[in-house]
Amino acid sequence: MPLFVPLPLCSLVPLYKTMYHSKSKKHLVWPDLAFMEFLTAVALTIILIAWALLANAPLLEIASPARSENPSKAPWYFVGLQELLVYFDPWIAGVMIPSIIVFCLMMIPYVDCNSKGSGEYSFSLRKFAVINFIFGFLMWLTLLFVGFFLRGPSWQLYLPWESWEKVKDIEENLWSLNPAVGLISLLAYLALFIILPAVIKKDFYKRRGIARYAIVMLSLALMYFVPMKILLRLVFNIKYVLVTPWFNV
Amino acid sequence: MKPNKNIWQSIRFSPLFKSIFRHGYDDTKQNKILQIRSNVFLHLHPVKVPAHAMKIRFTWCMGGITFFLFLVETITGILLMFYYRPVPEYAYQDMKYLEFDVPFGILLRNIHRWAAHLMVGTVMLHMLRVFLTGSYKPPREFNWVVGVMLLIFTFLLSFTGYLLPWDQLAYWAITVGTNMIRATPFIGHEGPFALLDKYNDVRFMILGGTEIGANALLRFYVLHIVVLPAAAIIFMAVHFWRIRKDGGISGPL
Ligand code: HEM
Repeated sequence: MPLFVPLPLCSLVPLYKTMYHSKSKKHLVWPDLAFMEFLTAVALTIILIAWALLANAPLLEIASPARSENPSKAPWYFVGLQELLVYFDPWIAGVMIPSIIVFCLMMIPYVDCNSKGSGEYSFSLRKFAVINFIFGFLMWLTLLFVGFFLRGPSWQLYLPWESWEKVKDIEENLWSLNPAVGLISLLAYLALFIILPAVIKKDFYKRRGIARYAIVMLSLALMYFVPMKILLRLVFNIKYVLVTPWFNV
Repeated sequence: MKPNKNIWQSIRFSPLFKSIFRHGYDDTKQNKILQIRSNVFLHLHPVKVPAHAMKIRFTWCMGGITFFLFLVETITGILLMFYYRPVPEYAYQDMKYLEFDVPFGILLRNIHRWAAHLMVGTVMLHMLRVFLTGSYKPPREFNWVVGVMLLIFTFLLSFTGYLLPWDQLAYWAITVGTNMIRATPFIGHEGPFALLDKYNDVRFMILGGTEIGANALLRFYVLHIVVLPAAAIIFMAVHFWRIRKDGGISGPL
C-alpha cells in the first residue's frame, strides 16, 4: 500500500470541485469588494497615524556592549522562546523547538487526511485538528504573555504591580532524574503516545497509514512534552529528565 | 454623447485619456468587469468572488491587511533610508536626528515601527483563520507552505529591523536572540556535538564576528532592506497567484 495517496489526485479532485461546484452565489468585485478594501486601507492609515502621534517608538541610550540591560528581552514575538530557556537548554529552546514548529506547520496539509470542513468554520467536523492546533497556538501566546509581562530582572517572576527595585533571587534546589530512569521514562512516554492510540482506535491509525500516523503522533508527543516538562520543573523542581554526556533534555 | 460639452468631457474623450483608461464609467456590468480586468493592480482579484468570501467574519480581512501593512513598511522604509546610515558611528545619531530635526521624522519612524509590530500580529491571526476554515486542505496545501515561509520572513524582517536603531534595547534584544544560535547542534560552538569554534560557527557567519558590532549591523541592514523584502515579495507573488490558481478563495464544497 502506498504511504501517501498520490498527491496529484488528492489535490485535483477538490480543485475541480471548488471551481465548478461552489454552492455560493458570486458577486462582482467592483465595486463592492474593492470599496471595502479601500475603506479598510483608509481606516488603517488613520489608525497608524493616530498611533504614531500618540506613542513614540522606544529609543534608549546608545548601544554599549559593556553595560548589559537587565532584563534583556528578545522582541515580543520571540520572547516565548526566551521564556522556554527557563525550562530547556538553549539548543532545545532556541534551535530545536522553533525548527520543529516550522516543520510541523508545513506538514499540516499533508498529514491531515480529513477532507471535511474545508472552506468553512467547523469544530464538529475536525475536532482532533482544531483542538491540537488551538492548544499549540494558546501555548505560544501564554509563553509570550509570561515572558513579556511577568518577567523582571534576572528573568524572575514579577507581577505587573510589583516593583523591579526589589531584588528577587529565589533559591532553587533543582535535581535531575537518574540517567537510566530518565531514558526509560522518556522512551515509555514516546512509546505510549505513539502505540496506544493505534491500538485503541484502529481506524484512526488505518485512515492515516504508517507515515502520516507517525509524523502526527511524534509531533504531538513533542508538543505536549513542553508543558509537561514545565510542570515537572515547577512542581517537582526537576531540571533535566535525561542527562547524557553530550546533551541534556 | 457630445465630446466637447465642457473641459472635463473634452479630457475624458481625448485620445490621450482613452489611451490610459480604456473603458467608460457607466454603471454597466461590462464596465464593472473591465474595471478589474484592465487594471494591473486590481486584477490580482478575480472578477467575481463568492458571497461568503466578502464577509469580514470569513477572512477577518487579515491577509489583505497584512499585505497593506507590508506596503506601508515598504514606503516608510524607503523614506527612512534617506536619513539612516548603517554604521555604529552614525546609526544612533541618525535616529536622534530623525526624532528632533527631520520634518515629520519621528512620525515616519513611529509609523514604520508600529506597523511592523502590527504586521507580525496580523500574519499570526491570518494563519489562525486559514487553519480554522480548513483552507489549507487540498487543493491549497502548497499555498499553506508558502504561507509558512511568509510567516518566517515576516518574523525575520521584524527581527533584523530591531537592531538598526543601535540603542541599548536593540543591542541587547538581538544579543539575546542571536546567543541561542550558539547552541545549534553540530554547527554552533556551544551546541551538542559542536564541530566548529567561536570563530567559524554559524553565529559567526550571521554576525560577522563573535559579538554584535559594525559587521552585524551592516549584515542586518542588508538583510532587512534587500534580501528579506525581495524574498517576501517573491513568495507573496506566488502566494497570490496560487490563491487564484487553486480555485480562488476557499468555501464550503
Ligand atoms: C506576509 C504574509 C502573508 C500575506 C501578505 C498573505 C496574504 C493573503 C491574502 C490577501 C489572502 C486572501 C484571503 C485572505 O485575505 O484571507 C491569503 C490567503 C491564504 N493564505 Fe496568506 N498571507 C500571508 C501569510 C500566510 C501564512 C503565514 C499562511 C499560513 C501558514 C497563509 C496561508 C494562506 C492560505 C492557505 C490562503 C488561502 C485561503 C483561502 O483560500 O481561504 N498565508 N493570504
